[in-house]
Amino acid sequence: MRWRERLSRLPLHLFLLTVALVWLIPTLGLFVSSFRPKQDLYSSGWWTLITHPSQARFTLENYRRVLLREGMGRAFLNSFIITVPTTILTLGVAALAAYALAWMEFRGRQLLLVLVVGLIVVPLQLSLIPILRIYQTLGLNGTFLGVWLAHTGFGLPFMIYLLRNFFAALPSELFESAFIDGASHFTAFTRLLLPLSVPVLASAAVFQFLWVWNDLLVALVFLGGYEQVAPLPLKLALLVGSRGQDWHLLTAAAFVSMIVPMGVFLSLQRYFVRGILAGALKG
Amino acid sequence: MRKTRVHWLYLAPALFFLTMYLIYPSIRTIILSFYGPRSLNFVGFHNYITAFTSPSMLVAFRNNLLWVLVFTFFNVGLGLVLAVLLDRVRYEVLVKSIVFLPMAISYVAAGVIWKFMYAYRPAYAAQIGLLNAIVVALGGKPIGWLIERPWINNLALIAVGVWVWTGFCTVVISAAYKGIPKEMLEAARIDGANEWQVFWRITIPYLKSTLAMVTTTMIVFVLKVFDIVYIMTNGAYDTEVIANRMYKEMFLYQNYGLASAIAVVLFVLIVPFSLINIRRFRAQEAVR
Repeated sequence: MRWRERLSRLPLHLFLLTVALVWLIPTLGLFVSSFRPKQDLYSSGWWTLITHPSQARFTLENYRRVLLREGMGRAFLNSFIITVPTTILTLGVAALAAYALAWMEFRGRQLLLVLVVGLIVVPLQLSLIPILRIYQTLGLNGTFLGVWLAHTGFGLPFMIYLLRNFFAALPSELFESAFIDGASHFTAFTRLLLPLSVPVLASAAVFQFLWVWNDLLVALVFLGGYEQVAPLPLKLALLVGSRGQDWHLLTAAAFVSMIVPMGVFLSLQRYFVRGILAGALKG
Repeated sequence: MRKTRVHWLYLAPALFFLTMYLIYPSIRTIILSFYGPRSLNFVGFHNYITAFTSPSMLVAFRNNLLWVLVFTFFNVGLGLVLAVLLDRVRYEVLVKSIVFLPMAISYVAAGVIWKFMYAYRPAYAAQIGLLNAIVVALGGKPIGWLIERPWINNLALIAVGVWVWTGFCTVVISAAYKGIPKEMLEAARIDGANEWQVFWRITIPYLKSTLAMVTTTMIVFVLKVFDIVYIMTNGAYDTEVIANRMYKEMFLYQNYGLASAIAVVLFVLIVPFSLINIRRFRAQEAVR
């Protein structure tokens, strides 16, 4: 009986194993390939490391080359310079607005809320051209400041929405008793709300960080012609354009661009998933 | 709650950004869409006529439709199947993490990963792309996955999208699936329902609103799909999509009028799905 039960579950396990492999192998193949010498990469597939392990050779040359000579090192730095201030700015502005939308009473609040939700789904494309032109006039194209502000603007609706949903779900007695005790909104915001919201703020931060880190379109439009300030995805895209067949470089470069998001994902998975679920499920 | 005017202090920064980066530019784009390439002369609906009749846009419309159908079907379907099946095994978390991992990396990186999987070399050379190696090992000829139009290359691109997004669908649907009272499922099984009936009669109806939400989310994403196509084919061999066309008109040809019109078309396509989302939000608001 027990055996028959196990046997009947075999297709289930096989299916899930197949899914896991299909999702894992492409990334694994890229990772393994990035350590193979150039000649090997072109003369045999990466899987020969498994079929003929004795012939396997590894090198760090590809990484040395993309980081130092192809500009991925600089791009890595740029990605941090772009992503960290953007995340802080977006979260700060969004938290203030979300607090007002959740715990302050004023005319037009409902309308403002609907506007925010409506703006979530306005495609980036609809704003790009006028902003590009304003940036041309102001000289903001190719600057970090321009990208910080643009990412903040584009990320805000979802951020406000995510935070407001959490803030509004906090028990109202908390705030009422604080206000009765004479607390100002500023006190309620900094002393009561923010400490209670650490989990959602962490989720929001992880979400925005990865979003901006992985962005291509905004970087392409506002930093497109300026390689010195290009973040990783843009730099990687440029490499694909200029060195489309140089797999020893592309594999290493792609992996360089993936290290931080994969690290964030694996170490802060809970917050990452929560951030995404909140945005989706609460919708 | 207390009545004050201090709310404007809290809202001002957000209002500045929303106005400067979303509201004003959106309106401006709509206006620009009625002007010529350099926004100097009014051209009426000329850009829209081009957007709906030019051969490259027609290909883009067809491909976006293909994306909407295939991408959404496979993502929601796979997500549902995985959510239900993973609930029955002990290694659920591990597989979920593996499937979710592509959500963490950029589409550009995902594009490079899959470009490598799809790598094509002539039959006499050693294949370095896994898929063609398998095809050759099975006795076939190597396939130009990103070149063979119109189905293979478009489906190859869509597959990359599915690879990225299935994890999202799985996790969202799984969370809702776990909310189904276990007694309900057990009661049905005791009453003699088989797994198939339980799935269609209880699981699906229970998950209906979640599935609808995931579907609209997928459609909104897929109408805007850009990075994957830009990085893998840049629209070559009839793989063009609307968003990539808009980018080309804007950057390559500097035809701001047509690019704006395409952006407006994109927006209009997305609006119905956005309205569904807003309505759900309002409904939830009313409950509270």
